[in-house]
Amino acid sequence: MSFYLVQFLSGLATAATLFLVSSGLTIVFGVTRIVNFAHGSFYMLGAYIGWSLIERWGTTPMGFWGGVALASLAVGLLGALMEVGLLRRLYRSPELFQLLATFGVVLIVQDVASAAWGAEDLLGRRAPGLKGSVDILDQPFPLYDLVLIGLGPVVLGLLWLLFNRTRWGTLVRAATQDREMASALGVDPARLFTGVLFLGSALAGLGGALQVPREAVTLHMDMAIVVEAFVVVVVGGMGSLTGAFVASLLIGQLQAFGILIFPQITLVLVFLFMAVVLVLRPYGLLGRAEDAPPTAASTGPPLVLASGLGRWAPALLLAALALVPLVAGDYTLIVLTEVIILALVAASLHLLIGLGGLVSFGHAAYFGLGAYGAALAVKHLAAPMPLALAAAPLLAGAGALLAGWFCVRRSGLYFAMLTLAFAQIAWSVVFQWYGVTGGDNGILGVWPPGWASGKAAYYWLTLALAGGTLLLLRRAAFAPFGYTLRAGRDSALRAEAVGIDVRRHQWLAFALAGASAGLAGGLYAFSKGSVFPTLMAVPVSVDALVMVLMGGIQTLSGPVVGAAVFHLLETQAMSLTDWWRLGLGLVIVLLVLVFPKGIAGFARDLWLRRVDR
Amino acid sequence: MNRRHTLLLLGAAALFAATQPVASYAQTSGEPIRVGEVNSYTGLPAFTIPYRQGWQLAVEEVNGAGGLLGGRKLEVVSRDDAGKPDDAVRVAQEMVSNEKVALLAGTYFSHVGLAVADFAARNKVPFVAAEPLTDAITWTKGNRYTFRLRPSTYMQAAMLVEEAAKLPAKRWATVAPNYEYGQSAVSWFKQLLQEKRPDVEFVAEQWPVQGKLEAGPTVQALAAAKPDAIFNVTFGADLAKFVREGDGRGLFRNRPVVSLLTGEPEYLEPMKDEAPEGWIVTGYPWDQIDTPEHKAFRDAYQARFKEPPRQGSVVGYTTFKAIAAAIDKAGSTDPEKIVDALSGLQVTSPFGPVTFRALDHQATMGAYVGKTTVKDGRGTMKDWHYADGAKYLPSDEAVAKLRAE
Amino acid sequence: MSLLVVENLQRAFGGVKAVRGVSFALAAGEVLALIGPNGAGKSTCFNLLNGQLRPDAGTVRLDGVDLVGLPPRRIWRLGVGRTFQITATFASMTVAENVQMVFLSRAHRLLGLWTPAAGAFRDEALALLDRVGMAAQADRPCGVLAYGDLKRVELAMALAGDPKILLMDEPTAGMAPGERQDLMALTSSLVRERGLAVLFTEHDMDVVFGHATRIIVLDRGQLIAEGPPDAVRADPRVQAVYLGSPA
Repeated sequence: MSFYLVQFLSGLATAATLFLVSSGLTIVFGVTRIVNFAHGSFYMLGAYIGWSLIERWGTTPMGFWGGVALASLAVGLLGALMEVGLLRRLYRSPELFQLLATFGVVLIVQDVASAAWGAEDLLGRRAPGLKGSVDILDQPFPLYDLVLIGLGPVVLGLLWLLFNRTRWGTLVRAATQDREMASALGVDPARLFTGVLFLGSALAGLGGALQVPREAVTLHMDMAIVVEAFVVVVVGGMGSLTGAFVASLLIGQLQAFGILIFPQITLVLVFLFMAVVLVLRPYGLLGRAEDAPPTAASTGPPLVLASGLGRWAPALLLAALALVPLVAGDYTLIVLTEVIILALVAASLHLLIGLGGLVSFGHAAYFGLGAYGAALAVKHLAAPMPLALAAAPLLAGAGALLAGWFCVRRSGLYFAMLTLAFAQIAWSVVFQWYGVTGGDNGILGVWPPGWASGKAAYYWLTLALAGGTLLLLRRAAFAPFGYTLRAGRDSALRAEAVGIDVRRHQWLAFALAGASAGLAGGLYAFSKGSVFPTLMAVPVSVDALVMVLMGGIQTLSGPVVGAAVFHLLETQAMSLTDWWRLGLGLVIVLLVLVFPKGIAGFARDLWLRRVDR
Repeated sequence: MNRRHTLLLLGAAALFAATQPVASYAQTSGEPIRVGEVNSYTGLPAFTIPYRQGWQLAVEEVNGAGGLLGGRKLEVVSRDDAGKPDDAVRVAQEMVSNEKVALLAGTYFSHVGLAVADFAARNKVPFVAAEPLTDAITWTKGNRYTFRLRPSTYMQAAMLVEEAAKLPAKRWATVAPNYEYGQSAVSWFKQLLQEKRPDVEFVAEQWPVQGKLEAGPTVQALAAAKPDAIFNVTFGADLAKFVREGDGRGLFRNRPVVSLLTGEPEYLEPMKDEAPEGWIVTGYPWDQIDTPEHKAFRDAYQARFKEPPRQGSVVGYTTFKAIAAAIDKAGSTDPEKIVDALSGLQVTSPFGPVTFRALDHQATMGAYVGKTTVKDGRGTMKDWHYADGAKYLPSDEAVAKLRAE
Repeated sequence: MSLLVVENLQRAFGGVKAVRGVSFALAAGEVLALIGPNGAGKSTCFNLLNGQLRPDAGTVRLDGVDLVGLPPRRIWRLGVGRTFQITATFASMTVAENVQMVFLSRAHRLLGLWTPAAGAFRDEALALLDRVGMAAQADRPCGVLAYGDLKRVELAMALAGDPKILLMDEPTAGMAPGERQDLMALTSSLVRERGLAVLFTEHDMDVVFGHATRIIVLDRGQLIAEGPPDAVRADPRVQAVYLGSPA
């Protein structure tokens, strides 16, 4: 009995940290609608700054808690700085574009933290006066954890007072429900947003600084927390503080007790939980429909099939690419092969985001399923490459049909997070099913046969298959299929009223996008010779999203341009310097500021302006 | 920023300068011999930066002594793999086709090492895997072109089992990160310990996600099983959390802990005075090894980098010393000849003589087995001895069978 | 014979009864106005008829086919077209493409992956746009149109479905008075040409009494009057509701 009580308390301590971080995220999201990837970076910065302050002054309780508070304030200021210097310039960009900017910030913070605090894990001081443990029913329990447990409800209470008893809080709540209304009330939304970013980031920083006495401060803290914080926000219901609190408690307890029954489940537990919650409840535990964001992608101007020379541009580009092996060396061909494959991944994701208004955070799952489809066919069936390449879109398409059926029943960020949940579930199956998938050690020996093993031959093969699929996706965008998808995005109400089954169409689009990404995965597998679960991990989904946003979601060429620019930048930067993340992050931030509609969107605007004149 | 960070930054800057193209070395007879090196420099800098310093020292020593094959310099093309196998393969392709490297070396993560090993076999390029521990790289997935320096998971587990079997403990609990390394370490430990001690039983196991250990609940769950002893495979930030929480909750009171790699300074030193006391570990007591080989290495390293060596430094140094020796022995940069030279190659490492076994391409480098302790406010090892890797390998027949699979 | 027969339609929202036992019928060639003060339940009625909401009780039959429980897209295929109180069009498409979409849907050609949609049913769409006076703007994006023009596009989209019944929720809201009369005159002539039945709600009484062939009056979820315009205008209960005398 006493054991269960202590386990319960341990779960509460976990929950407290989760709540601090996710409350900041839910506040920021609620008001600004920004999917802030940098939230985890602020948590990490809170821990690092907290560590430095506590090392210096943390010998006394005053010094320790002062250090924690100061770290939280410092991080809050950094958050406000990000709003003023970066995000504020992007509020007129298509929604989600800010996500790209925050991703740039994530990369920059990683390298800056590494430069400032060094690579080694830092174990900070314990909280003075709270080093020991107390016996609870004969079980020792750390004092500091008890303090954390108490802190969660205190912060919830303070936030409640802030939002319900102050003018500022009331304005924030008004803005959460209706951004236009807030500006009608005479509030300067820019200043409100700065304040909200300050508050949200300060909470993340507080969560980070409070970890110093519990764990080592590392350069991996950012990614570890941000995904979980999003899970808490979505499970609780977006914009709902109480929801975030309840979700934190539940997830904390699930982790505490889940490991008793099935220790291996830690890998996927939170995502399973999120999938179940979202399948059963469209807006999370305590979210309300009216607080849910509208479909993520904004509608653009009509797509127009170019006339004259522009009409032949894709075909000309393909022809030009086909000639490259005559002049280029092996490595150039390898990189170009990857660019073409990634362009297909990005274009397939763009089908969902750009045309369907469906933002997927889990597109890597289908890329990875495709790679595994091919690799498993080779490993278990000794299939020749053509057959294995056919298996790739089949497995990915089947996976997409299954996951899509659930996902298209949700919208906005709930859709996005459900796709993420399914991707993580698929990832964990691949990661853990050693007998079939080889687990994290992957499947080796997936090489093309002799006729396709030359770099030029494989490049041509990729160009034919991926390029062909890219053309098909392009045709599909201009064909009734793409129009219907856009119809569902522009007005689901109208679409249903003229006989369109919007969900079914989105479902089919999800499957088409999944199968296309799967083909890309199959081609990728044979270009690398091996497949690993990393191919369907979160960073791959994020990369795909970044490529789409970088190129611009309102044009069909956007994802292709984005994939090329992103991949070439990354590979070049990686071969030049260890500080490639800093470089890439700065380039992304610059691109975002200079081309707030994406690169291809910017080019199209230029073209249109020229034509208008 | 404290002084160590400043030093680290200076070191990194010096390194950066040192890795620039070495045009100034050009007055050698003949082309330099290029080695392609890939590792997770951004993913795991705490381990890979000492490693890089190690191989730099080796390369400087080789070139300072007149280079190889009649005065040709050894030149390293080093790249980051971002911790991803597919990136590592691309980088390997780049180095082979653009940089014309004669062989490949490096990698830290097992899956990255396996991907590069498979690439090496496919493209017939020799590959010396430095850090990855997975048994598969020399056994089930072993190939003609791949060699591995560090003692594998099996070997390290076997070294610890020897000590664990001496403990009176009968009820064991295990905690290991939930991926191949953790799983194979636990399964070898169980199997080998039960062979020596049929009376032991395993009463609890925990499989936290690597990097996301929920310390409180995990510690509590282990304690609830009331084991006599614990086998730990977690490392890095997870280990620090586990130690802190375990201490706070009395998990380690009167309970021996046997722990993989924990004696390596990379893991032990960040814990400062909170390093665990009396854990039986594999590791590297760099300050106490006074063999001539090690002293020479340590002095040279400290003179060059103004900081003590880490386990990674030894691995980086030895990897490149072995590569130089292999090229020397092959008398050529022909890949097949280098592979033949690496098979059965004997080199002197800071840990003593090491042989790359012809049988499975596994080096016989060992590890130091001892107990952790805290001295002068930092974690170190005591009562240690060197466990020669050659003694902790299965029979040749068993290995041959694994490789044939 | 009646095309649409509605019997005892009921719907409550969390205890508030928005529609309480509404029954009426609609025959081809009729232009039936549904009027009533704000909150009387007009929009709810519309949403119950086209399937956006499911009634708690009651039946809706079109040509004898029960519509209750069918989703809007099925009801549309059975011949019920609709325009919305707040216009709903596909903002990222041109005016013509909006109408072409409806033709494509009717022809079950939404899954085509190859042939460009821009050419499909374009002539048919232009003919309909000409009919509603939008041909000149056929290639402008819907996202930039004036409100009155959007109403016309919606009408063209509704007609493209070749409906038997047209449900028009405040078809002239947001239009200038002259435009209103034009649009309703157009509607009336379409009814004559195509043998349609129209059910519409409207706040502008000039429009209602100028164009409806019959009127039903809803108050607090119940029908309180029904008949030709002159009879309804004279009905004291209707006057009470509209003039606000104590009920």
